[in-house]
Amino acid sequence: MSATASDAAFVEFERVQKSYDGENLVVKDLNLSMPQGEFLTMLGPSGSGKTTCLMMLAGFETATHGEIRLDGVSINNIPPHKRGIGMVFQNYALFPHMTVGENLAFPLEVRKMGKSDRDEKVRRALDMVQMGAFAGRRPAQLSGGQQQRIALARALVFQPELVLMDEPLGALDKQLRETLQFEITNLAHELGITVVYVTHDQTEALTMSDRVAVFDDGRIQQLAPPDELYEAPQNSFVAQFIGENNTLEGVVKEIKGDTCIVQLDSGDIIDAKPVNVATVGERTRVSIRPERVEFDKNRLSPYAHTLKATVKEFIYMGDIFRTRLSVAGTEDFVIKSRNAPDQTRLTPGREIEIGWLPQDCRALDA
Amino acid sequence: MTDTSTQPSGPVLAADGTPLKRSLNRALRRQKIRALMLIAPLLLFILITFIWPIAQMLFRSVENQIVSDVLPSTVASLADWDGAEGTTPGDETFYALTQDLMAAVVRKDHTRLGSRLNYETTGISSLFRKSGRKVDDMGEVYTDQFVGLDDAWEDPATWVALMADLRWVAAQSEWDGEGDEPAFRLNADAANALPKTAAAYQTFATTIQIEDNDSPTEEEPWNTVYLALYADLSADASTQVDGAQSELIATAAAEVGSFETEDLRASFVDIDEDWDTHDTWSTIKTYSPDLTNGYFLNAVDLQKTPDGSEWRPENEQIYIELFWRTLLMSFAITASCILLGYPVAWLLANLPMRSANILMILVLLPFWTSLLVRTSAWKVLLQDQGVINSLLVWIGVIADDNRLALINNATGTIIAMTHILLPFMILPLYSVMKTIPPTYLRAAKSLGATNWTAFWRVYFPQSVPGIGAGSILVFILAIGYYITPEIVGGTKGVFISNRIAYHISSSLNWGLAAALGSILLALVLLFYWLYDKIVGIDNVKLGG
Repeated sequence: MSATASDAAFVEFERVQKSYDGENLVVKDLNLSMPQGEFLTMLGPSGSGKTTCLMMLAGFETATHGEIRLDGVSINNIPPHKRGIGMVFQNYALFPHMTVGENLAFPLEVRKMGKSDRDEKVRRALDMVQMGAFAGRRPAQLSGGQQQRIALARALVFQPELVLMDEPLGALDKQLRETLQFEITNLAHELGITVVYVTHDQTEALTMSDRVAVFDDGRIQQLAPPDELYEAPQNSFVAQFIGENNTLEGVVKEIKGDTCIVQLDSGDIIDAKPVNVATVGERTRVSIRPERVEFDKNRLSPYAHTLKATVKEFIYMGDIFRTRLSVAGTEDFVIKSRNAPDQTRLTPGREIEIGWLPQDCRALDA
Repeated sequence: MTDTSTQPSGPVLAADGTPLKRSLNRALRRQKIRALMLIAPLLLFILITFIWPIAQMLFRSVENQIVSDVLPSTVASLADWDGAEGTTPGDETFYALTQDLMAAVVRKDHTRLGSRLNYETTGISSLFRKSGRKVDDMGEVYTDQFVGLDDAWEDPATWVALMADLRWVAAQSEWDGEGDEPAFRLNADAANALPKTAAAYQTFATTIQIEDNDSPTEEEPWNTVYLALYADLSADASTQVDGAQSELIATAAAEVGSFETEDLRASFVDIDEDWDTHDTWSTIKTYSPDLTNGYFLNAVDLQKTPDGSEWRPENEQIYIELFWRTLLMSFAITASCILLGYPVAWLLANLPMRSANILMILVLLPFWTSLLVRTSAWKVLLQDQGVINSLLVWIGVIADDNRLALINNATGTIIAMTHILLPFMILPLYSVMKTIPPTYLRAAKSLGATNWTAFWRVYFPQSVPGIGAGSILVFILAIGYYITPEIVGGTKGVFISNRIAYHISSSLNWGLAAALGSILLALVLLFYWLYDKIVGIDNVKLGG
């Protein structure tokens, strides 16, 4: 969380539901609270309800049930133009019949700001995104990245406290996307604005946000800072969705505090950390990050359970090695190891033993 | 490295050393030719059925050859008449008129000319028809006297010997009677000695050959030829010709001084007093050039006079008012199409697919019904005892004796034509609106604009190209519309096109119709140009 964040909730969703057709809920019982100055990302596959949430916050969709509060005031019945929320759209939505300068002046004009103030603010906003020289151009004369910078400047020029971004970088190429990710987070923190950012790109979510809300099936599956989300997924959806992940299925045999023993369907016994399993005999899906799997016996605890594995494929990826193994009945168990001078390069066909620290292997819901 | 990089200053060369431009042209030529061949059928079709007839029609608005074709020598002799008020041309002109009219009657051209000149001055049509019936008696008195002098004058052979070129005589005698007789050729000597006679005889010979398939060798000349002979001989009593007819001419030349004469002017005035009026002659003189601006002057309520143009009498001025009305009503129709069509197009572009499709069918429905049916339906709806009036009376909005006049006036035309042309506004508007993403409106609202501001500042400017395209379509269609104003327009709601149709099919004054049409075309082009200046033609989009 950024330094300017205060603990008082700035944006609040309380038991919000949304249905378009009266039969299916697109958003089911959403509760979310954001302090001021936070950069929160809504991440999820398409159709998970994240964009609907954003639109409800912006005022373009009305909540079927529940309350949305901004700075403690319910905004359910406030029309979008009175909410004072800045918004950046995926397709930029720059008005094609106006110049860049006119686009930026538009929100100031409708706020009846004088011309000299307006020009000053437009100039400052353009400088902020390093587009000062482009005020006289038409949006169509700009590249995608430039357009998105202008769109960002336009959403910020009237100094909103809350800015919503709906997959703003989705249409840009990778390199530009990375530059802009960096610029957007910097700007947000410099200006101290609260940002709700929607994306389906997990890297973007992890690198930019203070907190990430992972959406699926109309619910927030987990709301946590990026490191926690990656390292400690709360359920198997989050574990699958964020980063690469190995899953093994089995039954809980024994729970001892923060470790447990899981018997896999192949009969092998492994160590794990119980996350949302409570009783012995429950079916579980354990999840291990590829980079947390160890095949060097010296680095494992002497009492750790290990699994026999056969190397199937070795892929050289430059900074890392990616090795596919056959383990406990699955053929696509992946491990990643850093390309270091002392690193072993596994050859296909080789038999090894793998293991991990119990806290890296999370026993999740089946 | 290729040549091109070592010689940066010269023209860029292709690999084989030819200039790149030329080899590119050569490479593209085949494509261009193929493209041209592909559109050739359409191009030809349009040329033949569209551009050529239009050009023809436009040409009719200035074409006026009929006067000089039918009355060539009259027109020539009228050049000497100054056309002063209250005067009529001299006897020379009446002589020329006699000659011309005789040939015209045989060719049956004089009634056509009469109708043509009747557009300009009423009464000329009957004047020509009446005169045509009597013109063959003119100059008979001379025929009788020449024949009285010598029976040879009655013999076609005498005339052929006197007038014909020897080569023609030879060709004629060799002619086997199959096909056309060789065209008559005048003897140069005769033409020198007896110019008027020669001219009259040439006209006579050519005309009977063409019109009646008769031969000059068998036909006695018209009285007008004797009239011409008298004119020649009386002008110069010492006239001589060589050859066998010298005796005959010499005798006649000696005798013409004592001939009984006929006053041609008196004969014409005797047929119709209008020949003695300045109006008749000044009309003929005014319309004698091959090209005239008379039709155009008529089309803007002016009339052509020998010294320029002047306004028609107040009660005959109709066209300028009609043009104005056509323009104003077309604007009104375009405006009401925008007002009614814009919301519909907006709905079409923004409703969910299913509802939009149904709405689209409703919009297109008028296209699937006959124009006549639709217009007639409006007649049923709008008339005095029609559905709308009866409904209004029934709900008590208007009194029974005070029914609204919704038809046979401008209101009726505007209502019916707005309905008929509405799809032409909705469709381009729709296709443009379809391309405006809804996020623009959302963006505007998120930036603090009210619904109205968002619409007016962001959506509307982007839909202007659609309005432009729709307006041009509707306006151009409206300005030339014919059927609907004809049926529901009465007298106060008709357009200029109804007048054009009248001149094409009823009054048969095609020249005036063409002039009106040309002005209409010019007006449309003018408005197109204005539109381009004000809105810019790049701003017209029919979609995408």
